[in-house]
Amino acid sequence: MNAQANDAVLMTSSNSPERYYTYGYLDEQTKRMIRRAILKAVAIPGYQVPFGSREMPVPYGWGTGGIQLTAAIIGPDDVYKCIDQGADDTTNAVSIRRFFAKVADVATTEDTAEATIIQSRHRIPEHPLKDGQIMVFQVPQPEPLRGLEPREMETRAMHAYEEYGLQYVSLYENVSAFGRIAATAGYPVMVDERYLMSPSPIPKFDNPKLHNSQALMLFGAGREKRIYAIPPHTTVRSLDFEDYPFETQKWEERCALCAADDSYLDEVVLDDQGQRMFVCSDSHYCSDRRAQGFRGPMAGHELVDIDKDADQ
Amino acid sequence: MQQSKPNGRTPSIRVTNLKKQFTLHNQGSIEIPVFESLNLEVAPGECVVFVGDSGIGKSTLMRTIYGNYLASEGCVEVQHDGAFVDITKASPHMVAAVRRRSMGYVSQFLRVIPRISTIDLVIEPLLGNGVDPEEAKSRAVSLLRSLRLPEALWSLPPATFSGGEQQRVNIARSFIREYPVLLLDEPTASLDATNRETVVALIKAALDKGAAMIGIFHDQDVRDAVATRHFDVSSFKMDMESAA
Amino acid sequence: MTLTAQQETVDQADQPLLRVHSLSKHYGMITGCRDVSFEMRPGEVLGIVGESGSGKTTLLNCLSGRLPPSQGRVEFNASRHGLVDIYNLSEPDRRRMQREDWGFVHQNPRDGLRMRVSGGANVAESLMNLGRRHYGDMRQASLNWLNRVELDLSRIDDKPRTYSGGMQQRVQIARNLIHAPRLVFMDEPTGGLDVSVQARLLDLMRELVRDLGLAAILVTHDMAVARLMADRLMVMKSGAVVETGLTDQVLDDPQHPYTQLLVSSVLQI
Repeated sequence: MNAQANDAVLMTSSNSPERYYTYGYLDEQTKRMIRRAILKAVAIPGYQVPFGSREMPVPYGWGTGGIQLTAAIIGPDDVYKCIDQGADDTTNAVSIRRFFAKVADVATTEDTAEATIIQSRHRIPEHPLKDGQIMVFQVPQPEPLRGLEPREMETRAMHAYEEYGLQYVSLYENVSAFGRIAATAGYPVMVDERYLMSPSPIPKFDNPKLHNSQALMLFGAGREKRIYAIPPHTTVRSLDFEDYPFETQKWEERCALCAADDSYLDEVVLDDQGQRMFVCSDSHYCSDRRAQGFRGPMAGHELVDIDKDADQ
Repeated sequence: MQQSKPNGRTPSIRVTNLKKQFTLHNQGSIEIPVFESLNLEVAPGECVVFVGDSGIGKSTLMRTIYGNYLASEGCVEVQHDGAFVDITKASPHMVAAVRRRSMGYVSQFLRVIPRISTIDLVIEPLLGNGVDPEEAKSRAVSLLRSLRLPEALWSLPPATFSGGEQQRVNIARSFIREYPVLLLDEPTASLDATNRETVVALIKAALDKGAAMIGIFHDQDVRDAVATRHFDVSSFKMDMESAA
Repeated sequence: MTLTAQQETVDQADQPLLRVHSLSKHYGMITGCRDVSFEMRPGEVLGIVGESGSGKTTLLNCLSGRLPPSQGRVEFNASRHGLVDIYNLSEPDRRRMQREDWGFVHQNPRDGLRMRVSGGANVAESLMNLGRRHYGDMRQASLNWLNRVELDLSRIDDKPRTYSGGMQQRVQIARNLIHAPRLVFMDEPTGGLDVSVQARLLDLMRELVRDLGLAAILVTHDMAVARLMADRLMVMKSGAVVETGLTDQVLDDPQHPYTQLLVSSVLQI
């Protein structure tokens, strides 16, 4: 091989003719811009940093915020996991995982413990996260006050002046209408006792996992063009009233497949007669437990077979 | 004109060189002269009655002393918290304080505020001075009784009362508190003989306690009953020439 | 011995609540208000009267921290800072002072309320803004105040969109008094309401001002409202204060030609 060809081979071993993208799909300047935004977000926990959101292979509303974050931080040594409402095997999770396998030439996994980067739509895995792991959240609406205050000028002022009475007004309305704080997902939190943050539409069941985590949490909203972050070991407190304290969801049932009583359960309707089963939302957590021998009341159900076809 | 000091005590009211004229700017700036170079002293226990023809300025003088009208020249000093306050030069805050604690004013017209009941109107001066509402109410009740105002009217706003009834509410409101200085502008105009007597008794009782009063009374009998001295306002009438 | 005005201000028990020095606001060549100076004490109600274009709204906005003046100072005895030039405070501090020590009742209740949030929440928001976090206590306080402003308690969870104008204004008043402010600004609070509704509201406001020992600055073009509510009046014309004094004196013995014109123009019924 001549020198040029050698160089071509040495450039990157994965820069094969099939690859037409720069590493991680985004150009280097874009990655730089996003990394700067991430650094700023990490330096000011919970603060929404504006960034120049790019056109991605999927339209806005399909996870472009999360995808851009991952693209900016991923490297060839990473192990990438992508979940959608807890499942590795939904269409979109599979698509995004394949995307990064291709453009970042990176190993992928379904095992939470093995992953270094976990991109997620609307859930935090059950398995506790560890030092060195990064959670990337896809965020539709980064502004927790948007539903109450449509003006961007006003919400920015509220964050700047730490004037969050309005959020409590929303909680008050909940209690006066429903007798309790009825919000179940996207439950607002105070980060580091300074910024009010939307944790993305994760169930409030997952809110406690944000507090004092060992992992770095990154949040990206592609359409709204905002990035925010919770660094490891940060105080995160869900809002409540003294006489209506924050409570997570509880089920009477256990997971029908693996008998777990400590995970977030999805309700699956089985037929038109109203038959239903409750299954772990975190598909890997459930399959892992089953692999360890745990059996729930419907352990033989056909749903169990799906993860045998899990994609690479 | 010189004033005598009847009993040598420090006067409660001391008017010096007072002049009043009105300038109507929107009617070609014509000037209406009333009085000038007016001097008057009223000592505690005195009831000075203004006399003079109708329209001569008795009411105007009284209102100027109260601070309701601005003096054109001169000064009006009133005893307040042990010292004289010049009403013509004091800040509005000060005049308000003097009116609240030291100088009361009874006019012949009751300024009716919609929806405030008689009782609430009468106790207002006490509440403004920090008296307990229950205590104030019981004083009001006894006063209204002595003025023979029917109990059925106490909880009603006085807007629909007769002239005499409104007048009695006015009297009650002005006498419920012991003002060291009291200005009375035709307080008995609409009252019958019995009620006039009650008012005379109230006036005398206040004078005995050392109040200094100035009064304008149409009724000869009342004048004779309460006046310690007459004061002829017409002797201070301003000429048209000196109005220029 | 005769007391002088100077000796009065030295009296400690009577610290001025608000002190305004030579306040002016210009919009380029146009004068909003010019060289306004006055003092206010706790418990005083000051009326600012004038016709459209007199500058009274500009003045009110400068006084309430919403409009920085071109010249002059507004000093307020804030609970947190003592007597302070309000435009020298940082914006967060000023905003907090506005929430803690002041109320502002707008002419149009839609400007002073959240229309998409229940009446009770509107009133309780003032407490939540001060850091209160007990739902039950706040709801009770809100109920007490709605009762005090004579609102039907069964409507507490309805949105102000469903209220009449008079009811909306009552909620606004409750919202602005529940946190026990030291000073309330009112911009034509009864303008645009039916006469009978106006009368009842004015009664209510008078009573509250007296019971709470509130200081208030009331802007109005209605002389009858001024006479009823204000202890002192300032008459404005073309941006300047042309006359000031006790309400009864200004209305019964007006000195300035413009004041005389205003007073004589009031219809008697």
